[in-house]
Amino acid sequence: MNNVKSELLVKERQFVVPGETLATGLDFLPSSGCFRETDRIKAKLMGLVKIKDRFLGVVPLAGVYIPRQGDGIIGFIEDMQTTMWIADINSPYDAILTLGEAVGEYVDLAKTDISVYYDIGDVIYAKVLNVSKSKQVQLTMNDHRSRKLIGGRILKITPSKVPRLIGKEGSMIEQIKNQTKCQIIVGQNGIVWIKGEKEGLAAKAILTINAESHIVGLTDRITQLLEKGE
Amino acid sequence: MAEEKIKMIVDGKRMDGRGLEDFRPINVEVGVLKRANGSAIFKFGDTYALSAVFGPKTMHPKHLQDPQKAFLRCRYNMAPFATTERGRPGTSRRSIEISKVINEALSNVIFFEDYPKTAIDVFVEILQANASTRCAGLNAASLALAEAGVSMKNLISSCSAGKIDGQIVLDVAGDEDCEGEVDMAVATIGNEDKIVLLQLDGIITKEEFLTLIDLAKKGCATVYEKQLNALREKYKTGEENVESE
Repeated sequence: MNNVKSELLVKERQFVVPGETLATGLDFLPSSGCFRETDRIKAKLMGLVKIKDRFLGVVPLAGVYIPRQGDGIIGFIEDMQTTMWIADINSPYDAILTLGEAVGEYVDLAKTDISVYYDIGDVIYAKVLNVSKSKQVQLTMNDHRSRKLIGGRILKITPSKVPRLIGKEGSMIEQIKNQTKCQIIVGQNGIVWIKGEKEGLAAKAILTINAESHIVGLTDRITQLLEKGE
Repeated sequence: MAEEKIKMIVDGKRMDGRGLEDFRPINVEVGVLKRANGSAIFKFGDTYALSAVFGPKTMHPKHLQDPQKAFLRCRYNMAPFATTERGRPGTSRRSIEISKVINEALSNVIFFEDYPKTAIDVFVEILQANASTRCAGLNAASLALAEAGVSMKNLISSCSAGKIDGQIVLDVAGDEDCEGEVDMAVATIGNEDKIVLLQLDGIITKEEFLTLIDLAKKGCATVYEKQLNALREKYKTGEENVESE
């Protein structure tokens, strides 16, 4: 076996494009967003490098939402069957919410129409219970944060920018919540729900973060925007 | 009386003043369309190709869904106003062929198994044509895919080469395409030595062919650099951001 010198070729948070070599040799391991080709680890997405010990990853700057177990998401009920609902979760895959995972009480199906719980067009905050290999997505409401969202308004942002909107330990989203006196729920799937006093201002701030998340001085600009308060 | 053939290469200069191994000015821009998941415009001189990528999204019709991988659909189309004479709008034998070769070239780099049951739509529109449209289209399409966040092994870089007045040249343009002896389109995976598209029109010897291929590969490497720069340009502030934080 040939001994290629193991070498890291990128820095943390460096911008890479698909095909760019991140490291040579066998000492590093590819995690999400990269792949191994012979003795090289290469990026398979356009994004920023993430290094954790021996693991190299790429955090994408764009892309559709691919559901993962444990994600908190906002979904729209789009269809109903006898014992389950089907939700659009802003992803190529629809999600299923079964009656057992949705309602914590006994339901006599002969007497009840399940639309009393959730009806078509309702918006819910739910947790992803399970994703199968063939991308069958199951949701659950058995979580203290899960509920039906009533009123307010909905925004869509790039799913990969959700961590940026939330900020370090929720700093960014807390700032928006406090200054606009709004309730805000951010789904990992890039759907944001806002309800409160200054919805317009909150929406403006969120859309600014979505458009300018990679440009220097984001926090300052958002603070300014919120203080101006229009 | 036989008409005298116009000389297309005089003193090592071509009709538009380029050297034998020079490209026309290359212009690349990424993220030109707001509503597509990814988009790019690629220009070789007067050849403009616009590409848009939608998806991965749910595959319809459902019976074509593959539970293990994504399905790639490419559509190449030339605008009726792209050429000097109005073209007939809609699908043609030529556009079907080019859609197919673009699809096959892109299939070499996309990780389809990352997106089971989905479809990825790639549209390539030629807004202005002056030869090498499939190359420009392919370059634009691979950039649009990268911008859409589709996982790929690498970008695809493509350029044309040909033989005019008995000489090997890079990036065949307009009249050279019609009057020249050979026209060849080549696409490689990034700047690697792997060819994913090769179409040749004309008669050529083996030696000439090998020189042509070498030149085209060098050309693809140049195109690759331009593509990388365009992507980096779009997210330029991202790297500055790293240092400030």
